[in-house]
Amino acid sequence: MIKSKTILAGLAAALIAAGSLIPTVALAQEAPTTPAIAAPSTTVVAEEKAPPTLEQRIAGLEAYINNVDPVGSKVEAVAGPGHNGWMMTAAALVLFMTLPGLALFYGGLVRSKNVLSILAMCLGLAGMVTILWWAVGYSLVFGTNFGSPFLGGSEFFFLKGVGAAPNTTYAYWISQSVFCVYQLTFAIITPALIFGATAERMKFSAVMAFSFLWMFVVYFPLAHMVWGGTGLMNGVWNADAKIPAVDFAGGTVVHMSSGWSALLLCILLGRRLGFGKVPMPPHSMVLCMVGTGMLWVGWYGFNAGSALAADGIAANAFLTTTLAAAVGAFVWAMLEAVLKGHPSILGFCSGAVAGLVVITPAAGFVDSTGAVIIGVLAGVVPFFAVTYMKAKLGYDDALDTFGVHAVGGTMGALVTGFLATSSVNSNLVSDAYAAKNGLKAAIEGGTLWVPQLQAIALTLALALGGTFIITMVIKYTIGLRASAEDESAGLDISDHGEEGYILK
Amino acid sequence: MKKIEAIIKPFKLEEVKEALADLGIEGMTVSEVKGFGRQKGHTEIYRGSEYTVDFLPKIKIEVVLSDSALDSALAAIVKSAKTGKIGDGKVFVSAVEEAIRIRTDETGEKAI
Repeated sequence: MIKSKTILAGLAAALIAAGSLIPTVALAQEAPTTPAIAAPSTTVVAEEKAPPTLEQRIAGLEAYINNVDPVGSKVEAVAGPGHNGWMMTAAALVLFMTLPGLALFYGGLVRSKNVLSILAMCLGLAGMVTILWWAVGYSLVFGTNFGSPFLGGSEFFFLKGVGAAPNTTYAYWISQSVFCVYQLTFAIITPALIFGATAERMKFSAVMAFSFLWMFVVYFPLAHMVWGGTGLMNGVWNADAKIPAVDFAGGTVVHMSSGWSALLLCILLGRRLGFGKVPMPPHSMVLCMVGTGMLWVGWYGFNAGSALAADGIAANAFLTTTLAAAVGAFVWAMLEAVLKGHPSILGFCSGAVAGLVVITPAAGFVDSTGAVIIGVLAGVVPFFAVTYMKAKLGYDDALDTFGVHAVGGTMGALVTGFLATSSVNSNLVSDAYAAKNGLKAAIEGGTLWVPQLQAIALTLALALGGTFIITMVIKYTIGLRASAEDESAGLDISDHGEEGYILK
Repeated sequence: MKKIEAIIKPFKLEEVKEALADLGIEGMTVSEVKGFGRQKGHTEIYRGSEYTVDFLPKIKIEVVLSDSALDSALAAIVKSAKTGKIGDGKVFVSAVEEAIRIRTDETGEKAI
């Protein structure tokens, strides 16, 4: 009894101490602008030299459990093992979505003569985007020293200073090195999604050149606007965000940007030779299904990992991700059974991916009811987009990047505006950020869909404008397409000098 | 000597083989083939794309036998390969001029 009472008293004292720290920190931050220099600066020095009290140290440990700032304790600038462990796992899961999840999902859907061109694209992007990320990409997205709402900063070029200590602008308890790798895995899969639309005809050199330019023109600015500390559309974490929109795991940054770019690129590129005349069925629905399973599993890292901690918000995203994927898969296949006669494997797979796409911007902001609504919408709307709209309009989006990722991502960004609730994520109404930039008012007034629409419009404009310019540059320099002869023989031989299957 | 070429549904192969074996027919050649007749093909749907698959997988059995064994063999094949549904296949009979067993140089009916 005595022991537990002592602990309770200690916890109470720690809470009080944590509370009393806030004005101290505020004072320290304001110090340089205060005209009376002498008094505050000496206070700061004295504050730094004094070892933390027991209360402050306990407050630091509580901050670990609660995923808040441990400032003033002995664990300041130290990564928390649980949060860090989960984020390393999540980063590996998201990489697994590309290698080999997306590679097999897309690879199974092309003809066997082009399977390696898909695998090479995924591997090539993993390599090239990592180099870009190391050199400038991470800094341009997550730096802040440009003070710009559109692009990050230069302070982390070549990952200078990106080490074990957390970058507290983004997460208090995960190493910045882990945060950097985690965000890298998003930057890898996003351009890879685009080339589902252009599959079986765009040459490898053009894929790489397009991606190189696209990362600078579209991805880095957009990712900063949505997730960067000074980002224009970062409603949850930037008090100065002009558009207080929310995007939990990348509905705009990943799926809308890649999906809309894919549509324009595949139109500018032209259809595959023989499109509509020659059968172009998937060469392996088995590989496609295996890839889908990997995407689904990897998506837990994508969505639950986007909490950037092993906390309650991550747990909620874990649940909503499961619900949306399962409901999407089932609804899509049942629609097929009714309208086409058979529930197909590709239908189940497409519905699962669509569910995952649509829940992505919403995963940490909606409850289980919202997730089921999203799953149903994901099974219905992209189904009609790829089954009827594509055939009517006649563009050759070979693997339905537009129909699933752009249609699903856009719908997800919009419905997040209607279904987001502060009951599962109090960051939506935080005093520090959301109350200042208008997000809190939007949530409480039910008008979040307005900034969501603004974010959608801006993402669309950037993706389409950027893609048009880049495509023209490549078309009139190195060219976009493989020659007709190479295309009919298959890109595996012409671009990579290998065959996917040598069975005899 | 006669040659029977029977195009049958793949899942009927075991029954046909056993029916012929019961008649004492000791050898046959079997191939996996593709084709279509009145059954036509089937449609495959991959999201919005529909493809008609014209050629369906079938089994072709080739048996060479003496004139006297022909009628009972034909009856056995037709009986065992029949399902009564479209796509059961066809049987063709043609004359064979010569047969040679390579190992022994035997010719004619002794070689089959």
